[in-house]
Amino acid sequence: MENLINIFVKSIFIENMVFAYFFGMCSYLAVSKKVSTATGLGIAVIFVLGITVPVNYLLEKFVLNEGALVWLGEGFANVDLSFLRFIMFIAIIASMVQLVEMIVEKFAPDLYNQLGIFLPLIAVNCAILGGSLFLQQKAFINVGEATVYGIGSGVGWFLAIVGIAAIREKIEYSNVPAPLRGLGITFIVTGLMGLAFMGFGGIKL
Amino acid sequence: MSEPLFSKKNIKLLSDPINDSNPITVQVLGICSALAVTAQLKPSIVMAISVTAVLALANVIVSLLRNTIPNRIRIIVQLVIIAALVILVDQVLKAFVYDVSKQLSVFVGLIITNCIIMGRLEAFALGNRPWQSFLDGIGNAAGYGVILIIVGFFRELLGSGSLLGYNIIPESWYIANGGFYENNGLMVLSPMALIVVGIIIWVQRGRNRKLIED
Repeated sequence: MENLINIFVKSIFIENMVFAYFFGMCSYLAVSKKVSTATGLGIAVIFVLGITVPVNYLLEKFVLNEGALVWLGEGFANVDLSFLRFIMFIAIIASMVQLVEMIVEKFAPDLYNQLGIFLPLIAVNCAILGGSLFLQQKAFINVGEATVYGIGSGVGWFLAIVGIAAIREKIEYSNVPAPLRGLGITFIVTGLMGLAFMGFGGIKL
Repeated sequence: MSEPLFSKKNIKLLSDPINDSNPITVQVLGICSALAVTAQLKPSIVMAISVTAVLALANVIVSLLRNTIPNRIRIIVQLVIIAALVILVDQVLKAFVYDVSKQLSVFVGLIITNCIIMGRLEAFALGNRPWQSFLDGIGNAAGYGVILIIVGFFRELLGSGSLLGYNIIPESWYIANGGFYENNGLMVLSPMALIVVGIIIWVQRGRNRKLIED
């Protein structure tokens, strides 16, 4: 249990998707003009990461790794499908996003209308694929840890996008130099937020 | 083909993305990988070359198939084409420059979700002929690569005092050897990439007034 809490806190603050790895920057910059849309997209990302990371973990463990197919029979002990990792992961993510889209449309039509085009676009959000690709380096021992990691990364991304959206709403009232307005100042503010988040770096869990 | 291969319009496809419609500073595409690999110059260059290869080839393939891809499943088709090309690039990198491939780690795989590629496929290759799409791919990848290399240059020079692994700042300048100079450790940290890109945007828009927002 303690271990799971450690992974959760670590993936939100210390290894924050946006500030430590720059994952999901494109939608982070494009959708952060208003807090309300940013919140909706953030929740959708938590949702999709929480589903795709454990599914890809199982896929990697039982299909893709070298010798992982041994449960099919002795003859499969030498099969190494790891070069197919990218294409399998992106296929899982694309189909999961499609599934999530249908479920949200059916059971929460309000949220569906709010998210609009951003829901299908999550398929090409690098935070999602990045979360799955990092599984290989993290070497989690069971699917519970992978799930907690997925949800934690999503929460970290959610915090980051809601934070920057709130700051951008305030920046509207400031006198920013003309060439820096819009995109430029957003980059610099994100950099400063990243520096602040580096303060968590010393924490050992 | 009725018009020459390098007509004025085609040259514009190649040169526009380097400044006026730069994918990173103007179109805001492909930021994630641009920032994460630029702590040193060498991985920045390798990344720029990899993206050029994937973007140009994906543009040509999608452009060749553009009349046969059903509209409703085009995203999946595009993702499969991109993923196949990225697997090729990944295997080539592993075979020839293994240490750089280790350094880039997951970011080679993330070329798949690099929005610059999806963005150009959607915006250009789906509606244009293969040769134009090829030029558009090369042009946009060059615009992306230029920013990557500028950021990588400054971060490696100021952060580690070297370029491509060779020391540039003379040893005797360092405080440890009785000099006055010290590397700026901040430049190696990831948030500084964002601030460097912010400054590039500032300089570019200061010189090119029509890009200013609002």
